[in-house]
Amino acid sequence: MGFGAPGSIGLFLLKRLGGGLLAIVGVSILVFALLHMVPGDPVDHLAGGEATPDQRAKIEKCMGLDKPKLEQFGAFLGHVVDGSLGRQCSVGAGDKRTVAARILEVFPHTIWLAICGMLVAIVLALPLGMIAAIRRGTWIDTLATTTSLSMVALPQMLFAPLLLFIFFIGLGWFPGPTETGPKAMVLPALAVGTHLMAMLARMTRSSLVEVLGEDYVRTARAKGLPEGRVLVRHALRNALLPVITIIGLQFGSLLSGAVIIENVFARPGLGTTLLDAIKERNYPVVQGTVLVVAGIYVIVNILVDIAYGLADPRIRRG
Amino acid sequence: MSRLRRLNLSPSAWVGLVMLAVFVFAGVFGPLIAPYDVGPTSLDLPNRFRGPSAEHWFGTDSKGADTLSQLLWGARSALELSFIVVAISSSIGLFIGTLAGWFRGAVEEVIMRVVDILMAFPGILLNIAIVAIVAKPGIGVMIFALSVNGWVGYARVARGQVLALRERDYVTAAVALGASNRRVMLQHLLPNLMAPALVQMTFGFGSVILIEASLSFLGLGPQVDYTWGAMLDQARTFMWKDDWFQIYALVPGLAIMWVVLGANLLGDGLRDRLDPRQRGRA
Repeated sequence: MGFGAPGSIGLFLLKRLGGGLLAIVGVSILVFALLHMVPGDPVDHLAGGEATPDQRAKIEKCMGLDKPKLEQFGAFLGHVVDGSLGRQCSVGAGDKRTVAARILEVFPHTIWLAICGMLVAIVLALPLGMIAAIRRGTWIDTLATTTSLSMVALPQMLFAPLLLFIFFIGLGWFPGPTETGPKAMVLPALAVGTHLMAMLARMTRSSLVEVLGEDYVRTARAKGLPEGRVLVRHALRNALLPVITIIGLQFGSLLSGAVIIENVFARPGLGTTLLDAIKERNYPVVQGTVLVVAGIYVIVNILVDIAYGLADPRIRRG
Repeated sequence: MSRLRRLNLSPSAWVGLVMLAVFVFAGVFGPLIAPYDVGPTSLDLPNRFRGPSAEHWFGTDSKGADTLSQLLWGARSALELSFIVVAISSSIGLFIGTLAGWFRGAVEEVIMRVVDILMAFPGILLNIAIVAIVAKPGIGVMIFALSVNGWVGYARVARGQVLALRERDYVTAAVALGASNRRVMLQHLLPNLMAPALVQMTFGFGSVILIEASLSFLGLGPQVDYTWGAMLDQARTFMWKDDWFQIYALVPGLAIMWVVLGANLLGDGLRDRLDPRQRGRA
């Protein structure tokens, strides 16, 4: 992951982008193969039971199912290049939007949830992890560590419905499922954020504990710097590097849809779209969503690597 | 047992070990001691949505089935699935990772590209996609889906370890003495992979349970109503209806938490002992 000499940043980027592109194509082929290997006619699902042969033929043609497999994959790649990701097919006046349009419509919901959830997580996790590390071995540490360990293990399938039960059904403070809008964001963001918080707090603690044992921290203390300055300028800066990596990677997976949370709160998003499309056996939408998800994931991972390289002089200067 | 003692595990790792042992016990013997049947035969409509009582310690579900019995059968199903998935994933992963680390060159390049491809997609979404696309829910499909990307972690661990091991004197010596690739890998590399692999397996155990429950929760699991994920799904559907039904969510939810917490505690402890380089990392 090192950049080596400063001039090789471009080369590093190029290599990562190439690898990422290869991975995205690989995932697309994998999903394409799976979709087409599986028995069962997608036309049945999309056309419904009482479709006439004529309508069936229309859908088949629209989806390109009458063509050879290789040509179908070629057509998919073509739709990737023209940015539409293909068309949705249905009988009569169904959903005529392109796949890209459908994804673009839900994507803002996913982005907002990711940002809000991440904010909740960071705001809670950093203080918790730092206090635990500074007060290492005291009851505060034990409490903080136990809390985050349990929260990591707490399944979202329990936590999210419980949040709804308490704050929507019981207290009526926040709106329930299917609602959108700022107030409806609170519970999903809490559900996403609490889980992440636990991971980040653990990471912050262990990283800070490690850094506090380093020679340069001892040196800083030995030359008489005030403890607060040692902590902020010397320890925290370095301790946060791995935490930032985790934040980035987790953000990447949040951007690809927090599928359980979206499901519980019946929120539109990439996760629900993929799930719905799979249930409808809507090939173009499944393939388009998979491509977008993989793309986001790969790009975020590369950005995290770059950020890490920029933040850590040891890596930057190699 | 004596080997276990020599590991000198931390108290929290012991707690994790005991928690996992309880789960394994429940999974093996649970269905035998379950007070009631589960599944279609347990239909008892007059007794649906009951709160805790002497007959039904944790109440009953929307079909009148006993919650405790479902919990115990769910433990069996979770144990079976996670055991099989971890066994398959780790065997494949260790094998492939060892190949990559030992042969280097084109073999390594191809394997690591495949690893990259599988890592280029959020794990659970890939599992969902596979299970849902195959559209024949069942334990077999689930095992397949979880193993498709499950081996990747083990392969990376094995490759990293082999890359370090191949420089060791005893490996060089074995090669110099004319040992075959097969012999070097089986006799010298594999035994030294077991420690980090065990750590990975312990964590893997917890995460497989979690993913399995998520899939069942989304209605993509085996079509039975007693897996922990399916119980949670039922719980959120009827949570609003009845004063006592929240307990039906808590029971499987806390059971999942129990197993995952146990696996994480034990995994942390094992990592501290078996993989000192990683000590202190979260």
